[in-house]
Amino acid sequence: MGHYLTSATQLLRLREKCDLGIMALIVAVMIAMPLGNAWFPSESTLHVSGFTLGVWGKYLCYAVLAISLNLLWGYTGLLCLGQCLFFALGGYAFGMYLMLMIGELGSYGSKLPDFMVFLGYEELPIHWRPFYSPIVAIAAAMLVPGLVALIFGTLAFRSRIKGVYFAILTQALTYAAALLFFRNDFTFGGNNGFTDFRFIFGADIRTDATARWLFAASALLLLMVYWLVAWILETKLGKIQRAIRDSENRVRFSGYSTTHFKVFIFVLSAMIAGLAGALYVPQAGIINPSEMWPAKGLDIVVWVAVGGRGTKFGPVIGAIVVNLLKSWTTRAYPESWLIILGALFVVVVLFLPNGLVGWWAQMKSKWNQRASSTPQTDAATA
Amino acid sequence: MNSKRRETYLVLIYCFVMALLPASHGQSTEDSQARALLVELVLGDDDSRASTLEELANHGDPIIATFVAGWRGGQVLRDGDDTVLLKIGEQYTDLLTGVATQANPENLKVNRPSRKLRKTLKRMVDLIDLSSPDLGKRIQSAQKLGLSQNPEYLPDLKARAALQTDAKVKRAFNEAVWISELSNGTEAEKLEAIKALGSLKSFPARDFIERCVSAETEPTAELKQASQQALQKIDSHRALIDVIGTLFRGLSLGSVLLLVAYGLAITFGQMGVINMAHGEFIAVGGYTAYMVQNWFGSTYGEGSPLYGYYFLVAIPLAFLAAAVVGAALERGLIRFLYTRPLESLLATWGISMILQQSFRLYFGAANVSVSSPPWLAGSLSVGDFSMSNSRVALIVCVLFVVIGTRLLLTKTHWGLHVRATMQNRQMASCLGVPSGRVNMITFAFGSGLAGLAGAFLSQIGNVGPSMGQTYIVDSFMVVVVGGVGNLLGAAISSMGIGMVDQGLQPILGPVMGKITVLLMIILFLQVKPGGLFPARSRSLDD
Repeated sequence: MGHYLTSATQLLRLREKCDLGIMALIVAVMIAMPLGNAWFPSESTLHVSGFTLGVWGKYLCYAVLAISLNLLWGYTGLLCLGQCLFFALGGYAFGMYLMLMIGELGSYGSKLPDFMVFLGYEELPIHWRPFYSPIVAIAAAMLVPGLVALIFGTLAFRSRIKGVYFAILTQALTYAAALLFFRNDFTFGGNNGFTDFRFIFGADIRTDATARWLFAASALLLLMVYWLVAWILETKLGKIQRAIRDSENRVRFSGYSTTHFKVFIFVLSAMIAGLAGALYVPQAGIINPSEMWPAKGLDIVVWVAVGGRGTKFGPVIGAIVVNLLKSWTTRAYPESWLIILGALFVVVVLFLPNGLVGWWAQMKSKWNQRASSTPQTDAATA
Repeated sequence: MNSKRRETYLVLIYCFVMALLPASHGQSTEDSQARALLVELVLGDDDSRASTLEELANHGDPIIATFVAGWRGGQVLRDGDDTVLLKIGEQYTDLLTGVATQANPENLKVNRPSRKLRKTLKRMVDLIDLSSPDLGKRIQSAQKLGLSQNPEYLPDLKARAALQTDAKVKRAFNEAVWISELSNGTEAEKLEAIKALGSLKSFPARDFIERCVSAETEPTAELKQASQQALQKIDSHRALIDVIGTLFRGLSLGSVLLLVAYGLAITFGQMGVINMAHGEFIAVGGYTAYMVQNWFGSTYGEGSPLYGYYFLVAIPLAFLAAAVVGAALERGLIRFLYTRPLESLLATWGISMILQQSFRLYFGAANVSVSSPPWLAGSLSVGDFSMSNSRVALIVCVLFVVIGTRLLLTKTHWGLHVRATMQNRQMASCLGVPSGRVNMITFAFGSGLAGLAGAFLSQIGNVGPSMGQTYIVDSFMVVVVGGVGNLLGAAISSMGIGMVDQGLQPILGPVMGKITVLLMIILFLQVKPGGLFPARSRSLDD
């Protein structure tokens, strides 16, 4: 699996222990929350409502999305402001399947999705037809973002666009895509997007049972993606990846084609984001072009930064903490929640350059120093 | 600046403002003459009326139309033998002097025109604007009468066309006569009219020429040929005007982009700070214009002539307000992040959210309206092509900004410091450049330009909490395409992007045009990854 350097063996063991602990935590949540919904009656304090499950399911999808961005930004040094595009593309792909599953229950009673009837379509456009199959939809949720990333990444990395330029270009890309999806004649529902889903895999999408399964699936996806990224980091690929982040030219002069590595990571990250989007849509119940608006792309970057960029668990923490904070402040301070969030970003950037996870490590090493007054090795990357 | 110089500036500014103030009007002699004639008309008998009417027809005073409407509606009253009152709403005015008066309704006798007179009057009212002292009205009226192709008006139009001295008005009258002749003239006249309209390249005549030819059962070869030539002339002229229009719109969009992006080219290009709150500085400028407008409104009243000049005050204030916010941001936040450009992006994104929400809390979530001062509201026309004044002002202002910035950066001491600091912050600092202060002023200057842009955008777009977001992606593209750190590149690229965008819009529609432009930019960066003028550096990792 990985290359074990003797000097670092101990550290790696520690890391693996950490990984196992976190993965166990995810598994525990994955099992406990749906069980809380199924076993305990709704009066019980231990009961988890279907709504809460849906909300947390969405957070888990966000966490996956944040990990995918961290793979790019944290470990490869490519700041992508258009990660929301891949997420939304995945969401749209799966949303197409869900739209077709509504069948004749839509408000027009037609086999076509409502917005198509509204726009005067006679029959289903050709590119919609395969989406009666959920397998095609899931495959498309990975392949379409992957393809977009492949084309854009090849173009961008071949001409050695990097750093700030890459960030701005990805923002332009998602902006262009959002404009395109806002159009009614693009056959993806215009600015209303897709909503009012009824069935998923033959089950009613609005029941608690479905919410439980979707939650469990999101947690499973998070687990797998977490493990995948952790595994990649241990491989040679992961080392080259971080070397590119730290000094791309040295890697290139050592004979590696950094373009290929970057494109590969970019495509992989886009596919993960697409999958997260596909799982997000049935739980959110809606997908529209505002999901790929440039501001959303910046949001994801903020999650990663708040949690701790370049750490394995940071993005997960960041995505969940920021979104919890967002949902709490929007309710408690509907007028000034944007100000609170904005201030949080400023504070994090100024005082916690390594995010919450880094802060934790800082505190720990300080405490250890005071306790033993011996210098500690860097155990910051949890 | 020494005191003599300052004086010169003040005198210049004074002259400028005075030149813009409208000349005050007294009551014109024309007006009182027309009133006297109208009184004569009411008091006179049928014989004298005919001659009075003839004389009246040469006056183009608006009071005539008001009077005629009132006369027919029974609102003209005789008070005694020689006083005529006009009732407007519930208010009586003396027709002769135009002064509001009190009257005892019992002494008043309603005066109405005879049937024969009414017909003549209607014609007169229709023709009244043909002799209006306002040349614009005269042109409009001639066009209207010409397009109606009513044979009744043809003799009048013809007679008056010969009298016109102003070239534009004469053109409009001739055009009207010829268009009218297309349906009312003889064969020879029609032919002449078609030829004349063709060489006039008259757009409104196009349909009439086609109709004229198709109305003939057997058009002569000569007529056909003439009409074909005329149509061709008109069409090619139309195409030319369209091209000019696209160029102008491109130039104007390019100027907007440039104004917005120029500040960014300084903060992002020269300083390496990715300021996501740049759009909010634009909003600061827009809201400053709004507040100055409101202040003028409440101090001088919206009707006062001074109110229209709020914009001249708003421009420097918008610059200052945004510059102050920019300076505060630089001192409070950005100076800690010079070594971490990607993180300045995050922090300024947070600032952008805070500012946007503050605007929403303070000014409300809806867009606020900033009215255009009258001298910016009109349009300037050259031949068949008209440009709105606000856009012309914008283009001129952009020109000033570009030249001014260039001079500031290359000819002043401060500019030298800026360039030194941007090239190598530490080295400049070692050589005694106060880099902290230079950074602050530079950032404030870039932000101020955004505020300036906001003030101008308030004239051609909406002012709202998220107005900056509309421009931020575009302006980043401008800077990247131009070559980061190159102001000339930013100028060229914004004009190029503006032109291409406006050139594509008629073909692809606004949204697809925009998408195509974005994709073209991505492809362009394939060929020139560093932009039009890439920054040269010996450092490998720059």
